[in-house]
Amino acid sequence: MSDIDEGLRAELQRQGIWVTSMQELYNWGRKNSIWPLQFGLACCAIEMIATAASRYDIARFGGEIFRPSPRQADLMIVAGTVTKKMAPQIVRLYNQMPDPKYVISMGACAISGGPFKQGYNVLKGIDRYIPVDVYIPGCPPRPEALLHAFMELQRKIDEQKLTGAGKAAHLDRTHPSEFPVPAFGAHDLEPAANSAVFQPPEIQR
Amino acid sequence: MQSLEQIKTRIESAVPGAKIDIVPNASPSQQLSFKIDNEHAREVAKFLRDDSALRFDFCSNVTGVDWLDRTVTKKVKVRKVVEGEEKEVEETQQEKIPGYLEAVYHLYSIEHKHGPIIIRMRTADRGEGVRAPSVTPIWRSAEFQEREIFDLYGIRFEGHPDLRRILMWDEFKDYPMRKDYREPDDYEYEPTPHDDVLEKAKQHYAPRPQLDGAENITAQP
Repeated sequence: MSDIDEGLRAELQRQGIWVTSMQELYNWGRKNSIWPLQFGLACCAIEMIATAASRYDIARFGGEIFRPSPRQADLMIVAGTVTKKMAPQIVRLYNQMPDPKYVISMGACAISGGPFKQGYNVLKGIDRYIPVDVYIPGCPPRPEALLHAFMELQRKIDEQKLTGAGKAAHLDRTHPSEFPVPAFGAHDLEPAANSAVFQPPEIQR
Repeated sequence: MQSLEQIKTRIESAVPGAKIDIVPNASPSQQLSFKIDNEHAREVAKFLRDDSALRFDFCSNVTGVDWLDRTVTKKVKVRKVVEGEEKEVEETQQEKIPGYLEAVYHLYSIEHKHGPIIIRMRTADRGEGVRAPSVTPIWRSAEFQEREIFDLYGIRFEGHPDLRRILMWDEFKDYPMRKDYREPDDYEYEPTPHDDVLEKAKQHYAPRPQLDGAENITAQP
């Protein structure tokens, strides 16, 4: 698409000729029909339900079809506290989703463990096991925040390339689409984090 | 409702051999409780439920308590020979109380609209596989709560129909609500640590790099 001059394109459009590219058409279709996986973990799920209901209406953005099966879903909204007992099931659900797939980490708990961060039984962020595309802070985030995250995800999908060096991850054969499911250990999940996905930022003090 | 002393004597006459102690409570609530010996706990519980004057038919809450080893200092008056004559002297004595685990039950009567009374059962010590009698056959509502106590404190309830972990996974080995439990160390990323989290997070920090001379510039007047 970068080949065509923007001015010429606009001129053609005024004449009733719409010039586009395969990539643009493909991404336009995908970003306006995102099917989220229908599951909730805690109070953030209530906000997610409100977002899907009539007042906030996620259908305006093409995301209203919540699927109860991972095999029909594109987007996993991790809405709520991920306990260590639940984490393997979340990773397993993610693994069962077909590519291309995206993850929104909704709320303080799904990002970092939130108010339960110092608990022995709460996972300190779902990004320890699966890659996350958009993080939403908040406890819980308001429906507007989820819609904002949804629009950010649409922007991200729109920018994905189909060919070339920086092409989208799901088109890259070497890119993993499944991640190891942690096992229930004697004291903690094993491993406690997937080092291929999660590298804690270095903190200088 | 009858007074606790009355109930105590009635239990002792109904269940021969039962050892009931009234546990004092120095807090403002003054809520006293019964400590029941483990051998007769089932019969005592049955009596509390079935006796027509008491009818504690509802077990509303079961909880666990972890008591560590402790020493209690108290002043005792002792008769002693001081300088040739016998006197009453105050002496401080230290009493060592070995640790134990406790299961506490709150009972109400829906039929008579009275309660609560509180009964406690103690384990012998804080070791692995300590035992206490289950009252689930008497009050079904205790079933999940006794499982929870088993999960988090490690008391094995004898006579429980289905004693498994309920919150943590089956492979889990620790008892997280015990006071000497240490949680797994996953404090490698703490953007704003404080207090004891700071101490834990410090073990993950790279030591501060050598100062490069910049501190001399800022230190100048």
